[in-house]
Amino acid sequence: MSIELRNIRKTFGDFVALDNINLRVATGELLALLGLSGSGKTTLLRIIAGLETPDAGEVLFHGADATTRSVRDRNVGFVFQHYALFKHMTVFDNVAFGLRVKPRVERPVEAEIARRVHKLLTLVQLDFLADRYPSQLSGGQRQRVALARTLAVEPKVLLLDEPFGALDAKVRQELRRWLKRLHEEIKITSVFVTHDQEEALELANRVVVMNNGRIEQIGTPEEVYHRPATAFVHNFLGNVNLFHGRIENGKVYLGDTAVDVDRAHASASGNGKAVLALRPHLIEIITRPNGKPSFPATVISVNPAGPQVKVELVAEWGDAVQVDVGHERFDELAIAPGARVFLRPKEEKLFVYQI
Amino acid sequence: MRPLRSGLESRLEKLCFNLRRMRVFRHPVEPFACRRYGMLTRNAFIAPMATSIHIAAPPGVTLTRSADTLTLHLSGEWSMRHKGAATARTLSSLDAPPKPRRIEFESSDLGEWDTSLLTFFERVLDHCRTRGIEVDRSGLPPGVQRLLELAEAVPEKKDARAAAARESFLTRIGNATIEALRSFDEFLDFFGRVTIAFWRLLRGKARFRTSDLMIEIQDCGANALGIVTLISYLVGIILAFMGAVQLQQFGAQIYVADLVSIGVTRDMGAMMTAIIMAGRTGAAFAAALGTMKVTQEIDALATMGISPLEFLVLPRVLALVLMMPLLCLYSDFVAILGGTTIGVGMLGINFTVFVHEAAYATTMTNVLGGLFKGTVYGALIAIAGCLRGFQCGDSSSAVGDAATQSVVMSVVLIVCACGLFAVIFNILGI
Repeated sequence: MSIELRNIRKTFGDFVALDNINLRVATGELLALLGLSGSGKTTLLRIIAGLETPDAGEVLFHGADATTRSVRDRNVGFVFQHYALFKHMTVFDNVAFGLRVKPRVERPVEAEIARRVHKLLTLVQLDFLADRYPSQLSGGQRQRVALARTLAVEPKVLLLDEPFGALDAKVRQELRRWLKRLHEEIKITSVFVTHDQEEALELANRVVVMNNGRIEQIGTPEEVYHRPATAFVHNFLGNVNLFHGRIENGKVYLGDTAVDVDRAHASASGNGKAVLALRPHLIEIITRPNGKPSFPATVISVNPAGPQVKVELVAEWGDAVQVDVGHERFDELAIAPGARVFLRPKEEKLFVYQI
Repeated sequence: MRPLRSGLESRLEKLCFNLRRMRVFRHPVEPFACRRYGMLTRNAFIAPMATSIHIAAPPGVTLTRSADTLTLHLSGEWSMRHKGAATARTLSSLDAPPKPRRIEFESSDLGEWDTSLLTFFERVLDHCRTRGIEVDRSGLPPGVQRLLELAEAVPEKKDARAAAARESFLTRIGNATIEALRSFDEFLDFFGRVTIAFWRLLRGKARFRTSDLMIEIQDCGANALGIVTLISYLVGIILAFMGAVQLQQFGAQIYVADLVSIGVTRDMGAMMTAIIMAGRTGAAFAAALGTMKVTQEIDALATMGISPLEFLVLPRVLALVLMMPLLCLYSDFVAILGGTTIGVGMLGINFTVFVHEAAYATTMTNVLGGLFKGTVYGALIAIAGCLRGFQCGDSSSAVGDAATQSVVMSVVLIVCACGLFAVIFNILGI
C-alpha cells in the first residue's frame, strides 16, 4: 500500500513540529525518516499511524483520504522504541494478542492462531522462547517479539519508531541486517524513524532527512550522502568540517585564500557569505605549500587509534578542523601537536552552500 | 559528528584563538563572570603559564579629575590572586562629590591582566550605567574592548538567575481557576467517552477480556477488605464515642446506637470507603495506566485496532462500580460493630438491646441511599484514576504525579458529590 502526505502541518502550542511536509512512500518501499531528536520525525510517523492528528494537510493511503480514519481502521503495524510488550503475557500470548482480541466473526480458531504465532516466531527466529515473559528476554529479542506481534495482525503498512534505538551497537548492527532480509522477504511498505545516519543509509531504499519540522532532502542513501542538498544534510550524514567563508566573483574566500568554485559542488551564486563543507578524509595535510590553495594550521592533537589517524587542528582563522589521515601518510608526515602544517582541500569534493 | 556551529560560536572560537595567540590569558581562564561569559568557559584554554619569574606590581587605580571628567589610570598586574580591593575603592570614589559626568581610562602602565580586570570593568560599567555616567572606552587595551563588546553582544542567560519573580496573587488565582475549569472539562469529556464505551458494552460490542475484569474485581473487592475493615471499625468507634460523651449527660446513651447506625448507613460508610478506594485503587489505576502510557503500550493497543478506552478503562470502571456497593454494605456492618463495642464495653448497654436499637434505627431508605452514593463515588474514582493515567506525561516521574493527581481529583469529586447528594436527598425528603 502506498502512502502519501500532503502539506502536513502540526504544532504543539507555539512549537511548530511539522511544517508543510509532502512525502510519497511507494508500495513495498523501506523508507527512513532521519533527523535529530526534535526534528519532527516521530510526530510524522505517529501522524501516518493515526496516533496524532495533523493540524492541516492530508494523509492518503493507497490514494484514498485517510486523514480522519482512526488508528483502528488504518491497518498499520507500529513498532515502538521501548518495545511496548505486554509484560504480564508470555511471548506467545503477546504475539497472539492481536488475533485473539479480534471480533468473534473475524477471529481465527485457536489452532489457527497457534499455527500463525509459531510461524511468526520462527520468522523472527524466536520460536524457542514462546513461553517466556518479556522481562526474561534481551533487548534485541524483545524488539523481535514486538515486530512479530505487529506482523501478526497482517498490517498493510509497517511503522517503526527508532526500533533499535535502545539497543547496543553490536546487536543493532545484527538486527539491521536481519530487518533488511525480513523486508526483502515480506515486502511490506515500511517507514522507520532513526537518528542514526548509518542505520538509515544501510537499511533504507530512500532516506528523508528532516530538520526543525521540515524535509531537507529526500533521496536514495547514495544521493543524500554524496550529493547532499544542504549544509545540514552534509553535516548530519557523517563527520564534516564546516568553514565560514565568503563568495566574491565566482571565488570562495576562506581567510585570504581563494578556492575556485567551478570545481566545487556549489549551490551558491552571486556574492555573500557561504559555508564550505569538507569531510575529514577529503583534506590533505602537507608540510609546505605546493602552489595549490592551502591554508596554514596548527596541530592540536593526534589520535592514532582506529583505521585512520584523527588529527585535530586549528586553522589560521580560528576554526577547528578535523582531518583523517591514513597511517602510512601520517608516518611520512611525522607531525606532532604544535606543528605548523598546511591543509589542502580536494577541491572536486568541496561543497559550498550559501547562507 | 559535530553539530552545525552557529556563526556566533565560530566567531567566538576565532576570537579565543586570537586571544590565545596574543597570550592574553596567562592562566587557564576561570569561569569568569559566568553570567555573561558562559559560552567562553566551554573552551578549555590551556595557555602556557608565564615561565619567567618577575615581581608583579599589585593592581592599582589612580583617579584624576578634570572639570567633570574622571580619568582612571590603571597600573600594575591584574590577576586573580589579588582580590578586588581596587574595585570597591573605585566604585565609592565614583559616587564621591563632585560627581563626574563621564569617565575615561588610561592603560599605558597596565601590566599583565586576566579575568579580574574584566570583572572590574564589568562592575564599573554597570555602576556608570545605573548612574547615567558616560564611559569612554577608547583608553582600554584593545583586547579588553573586544571582550567587553562580546560580553554585551551575548544576551544574558535568563535561567542562570535565581527563580523568576513570583506572579501576583491575582494572576495565580486566575491561573488556578483556568486550570480547574480545564480539568473539569477534561473530566466531562472523558466521562462522556466512558459512557459511550458503556453503551457499546450494553450492546455487546465492547471488547475487553473477562480475565482482566476478574483480576480488577479481585483487586478492588476482596483485596480491599482488610483496610476497609480497619477504617470502618475505627470510624464506628469514633462516632459512638463522640456521641456517647454528649448523650451520657442526658442519660440517653442508648441513642448512640441510632446515631451510629444512621450516620454510617446514610453517609459515613460510603464516604469512608470511597476515600479509602480513592487512595488505594484510584491511584493504582492511574499508576497502571500511566505506566502503560509511558511504555507506549496504550499506543500499541490502539495500533492493533483495540480501543484502549474499552480494553483498559471499561473493566476498571465496571469492577469498581460493581464492588463499591458491596464494600459499602460491609463497611456499614463493621462500623456498627465498632459502635457496638463502645456501647457495650464503655456505656454498659446490653448487647441485645444495643443491636435491637440499631436495627430499629436502620431503615432501608438510608441503606440503599448510602449504597447508591457509594456506587456513584466508585464511578467517579475509577474515571478520575483512568483519566489521570491516560493524561500521564512521557517520563517515569509523571506516573507518580498522575497517581497523586488522581487521588486529589477523586477526593474533591467525592466531597462535591456528597454535598450535592445532601441537598438532593433533603429536597426529596429522604
